[in-house]
Amino acid sequence: MLTISNISCIRGGSPLFAPVSFSLSPGQALHIEGDNGIGKTSLLRVICGLSEADSGEVLWNASPLNGQNPDTVENFRSSLCYIGHTLSLKDELTGPENLLIDAQLFGRNLPLTKVFDALRAMGLSKWTHLPLRVLSQGQKRRTTLARLSLSNAKLWVLDEPFVALDAHSFNNLRGLLAQHLQQGGMLLYTSHQQVELGLPSGLAMDVRSIRLVAT
Amino acid sequence: MIWLAFWAIVRRDLLLAWRRKSEGLSAVFFFVVVAALFPLGIGPELNVLRNIAPGVLWVGALLSSMLALQRLFEADYRDGTLEQMALSPVAMPLLIGAKMLAHWLVSGLPLVLLAPVLGLQFDLSGDALVTLTLALLLGTPILSLVGGVGAALTLGVRGGGVLLSLLVLPLFVPVLVFGAGAVQAQVSGLGVQAHLSILMAMLLPAVFFGPLASAFALRIALE
Repeated sequence: MLTISNISCIRGGSPLFAPVSFSLSPGQALHIEGDNGIGKTSLLRVICGLSEADSGEVLWNASPLNGQNPDTVENFRSSLCYIGHTLSLKDELTGPENLLIDAQLFGRNLPLTKVFDALRAMGLSKWTHLPLRVLSQGQKRRTTLARLSLSNAKLWVLDEPFVALDAHSFNNLRGLLAQHLQQGGMLLYTSHQQVELGLPSGLAMDVRSIRLVAT
Repeated sequence: MIWLAFWAIVRRDLLLAWRRKSEGLSAVFFFVVVAALFPLGIGPELNVLRNIAPGVLWVGALLSSMLALQRLFEADYRDGTLEQMALSPVAMPLLIGAKMLAHWLVSGLPLVLLAPVLGLQFDLSGDALVTLTLALLLGTPILSLVGGVGAALTLGVRGGGVLLSLLVLPLFVPVLVFGAGAVQAQVSGLGVQAHLSILMAMLLPAVFFGPLASAFALRIALE
């Protein structure tokens, strides 16, 4: 379980948003809303541990994520899949190469067939032999999103996952996120659109939303 | 799990270097050009050549490894893979160590292998060539490791290239002194063991502290 208590970020001497607190249990999703520049990305980066919070703390399974708890930090990191604005892909490598290396970086060796399956699910099976530099922005984005179905992370932290996707991939991703929640995963995402997460069966998902406001 | 991630990074960086060959080759080419031009400029005075050989080859190796240093973390920083390395459950210094190893294999090892061939132009004796190769083998990893710390500290800074040279070149001076000194000592008939031992004594702490310090600096750069 992820708990955020009174997190605030100070940039350029003034706080970005009023302190936020929330908690996320298995099967729950949280949609972080807010205007441009309010600090959605900064908040996500603080939660992931890429930058320090100026006040408040992040708790994973009730123990704080900081230097004093290396075991908790390691456990948190192996349960985390973060996809930010950057694609985290190498243009010179092909999709499967990128995804394999990415999984190995997290200590997991994937069979190649699984990687191809994940790319096929994203509708990319025709382009697996090409270096990413010749693919379109949307296709690269989908390659990055294929990491989600390959990771066994409990917590997905996604920064604007719906950007640059066509209608079909948009629905694909919605289904993927809903499936993750149904299997007891946790999801934290930002998006400017209102996105209904739902399975074709019409099962409602536990999605809450929180709006960041300026102080 | 730890070594899987370590070798994944080494393999990835080698594969990337292979896919964009021109980048890696330009540094090696620079070394070859510098070492080849000196004998032509100075003329066929064998005694002079023999005397300047260690210095010229070492300075060439040092400058060419500086060329490659600036790119060590930059691409990873821009495309976000550095973020993923910071988020990996595997300790970041180890992954940075993997990057440095790959960097040395691409930009340092070719220099070590080319040096004896280039040394022939300077009329170095067989023993001196062996010493030169050994000294470079011990010295070039130090350049990658210490230079990596500088590259990490100047990451994302505008005009970082100049700053990197200012930061790192003074630290390279001892390596240059003892590396070139080893060959000089061999040529003048003194023992080389002291020089090589000192190079080794510089290499070992660099192996330990280099990745650690770089990882620390990179975390700050990522914030």
